[in-house]
Amino acid sequence: MAQAQTTNATTEAHGGAHEDVGFPPFATETFGGQLLWLAITFVVLYTLLSRLVLPRLSGIIENRRAMIASDLDDAAAMKSRAEEAGSAYEKSLAEAKGRAQALAQETRAKLSAESDAKRKALEADLNQRLAEAEATISSKKSEAMSHVDAIARDTASAIIERLTGKAPAPQKVEAALNQIKA
Amino acid sequence: MASPIEQFQIKPLIPVINFTNSSAFMIGAAAVIVGGLLYATRNRAVVPGRAQSVAEVLHDFVANTLVDATGKEGMKFFPLVFSLFMFVLTANLLGMIPGFFTVTSHIIVTFALAMLVIGTVVIYGFVKHGTHFLGLFVPSGVPAWLLPFIVVIELISFLSRPISLSLRLFANMLAGHIALKVFAGFVVSLLAAGGALTILAPLPLLMAVALMALEFLVAALQAYVFTVLTCIYLNDALHPGH
Repeated sequence: MAQAQTTNATTEAHGGAHEDVGFPPFATETFGGQLLWLAITFVVLYTLLSRLVLPRLSGIIENRRAMIASDLDDAAAMKSRAEEAGSAYEKSLAEAKGRAQALAQETRAKLSAESDAKRKALEADLNQRLAEAEATISSKKSEAMSHVDAIARDTASAIIERLTGKAPAPQKVEAALNQIKA
Repeated sequence: MASPIEQFQIKPLIPVINFTNSSAFMIGAAAVIVGGLLYATRNRAVVPGRAQSVAEVLHDFVANTLVDATGKEGMKFFPLVFSLFMFVLTANLLGMIPGFFTVTSHIIVTFALAMLVIGTVVIYGFVKHGTHFLGLFVPSGVPAWLLPFIVVIELISFLSRPISLSLRLFANMLAGHIALKVFAGFVVSLLAAGGALTILAPLPLLMAVALMALEFLVAALQAYVFTVLTCIYLNDALHPGH
């Protein structure tokens, strides 16, 4: 309604200046020119888009897709390498632990054997010294005992000399002592 | 005040080669498309900037629409569908600029584009499938006595496709621009009328602003509708079995 009113109003205002034109989209005499230029434009547009623009655009998108895919592949490869390295590390760690344990065992065994040997040597040494000391003691003891006779003799003659004022004959003292001893 | 249909007038610019304002805007639209897309993709960046993102979104949008309707083998029509979508969209949007001519508001242009689509469907259908393409008009599982009617109906529906495809776009662009012009004209008329009527002038102005927004939506939507229908019709050429 509004449309019709305005159209009427303008037709009145312009005194039918546009009446010879009619409705432009239905003006058949313009169809040829429009079709010609549409054909030219669209063929050029299609050619430029399909030969130049779209290959470039899909190239960019494809390139990105390939790049992301290869990056993901790289990441997966790196991850598996890292996992491999991790397991190798675990393995070598376990090996090293085993070796360290064996070494510790060996060292402990060696050390205890050494200390055993040292202890035994020391004991033998001590025993020997003990025996030597015992021998010394017994020899000293017998030596001391052998001096006892002489001391007794000297003492006895000294006592007699004091009592009698004259030194007794050593043979008599000797005989008396032997008598007491017996 | 000019008539609301004056904006659709074809004005010769170089009469010898039939070059008119319509021709100029067709070339302008093509130049905007090619220039814009080449500019947007000039860096071939892996991480796209703003312009390149827009170009990629347009590319993926049309590609997805085509693949959804026709499957992977439909991608051989991608340059055609992309060209049609971009041309219609750009022509529609260029027409939204005040004073600019709208190429798609002429039935002969939209009809030519529709015939390009239907022509592609028919020629590709016959080249690819031969007479098997005619199976498009003979749905399977229809009783024999009903078949003649069905074939006639299918034939009519097929023949009406270029008409509906072109009329839809043409009528939308035409009606929208006329409505805009009428409401804009009301503003001027009311201002000129003076007195109480002048106070009412902002009302049609508000309406014109709202219509402008609506027309931007229509411009994009009709380009999309044209593209979707093109894809659906191309699917018939690729897979004629109902």
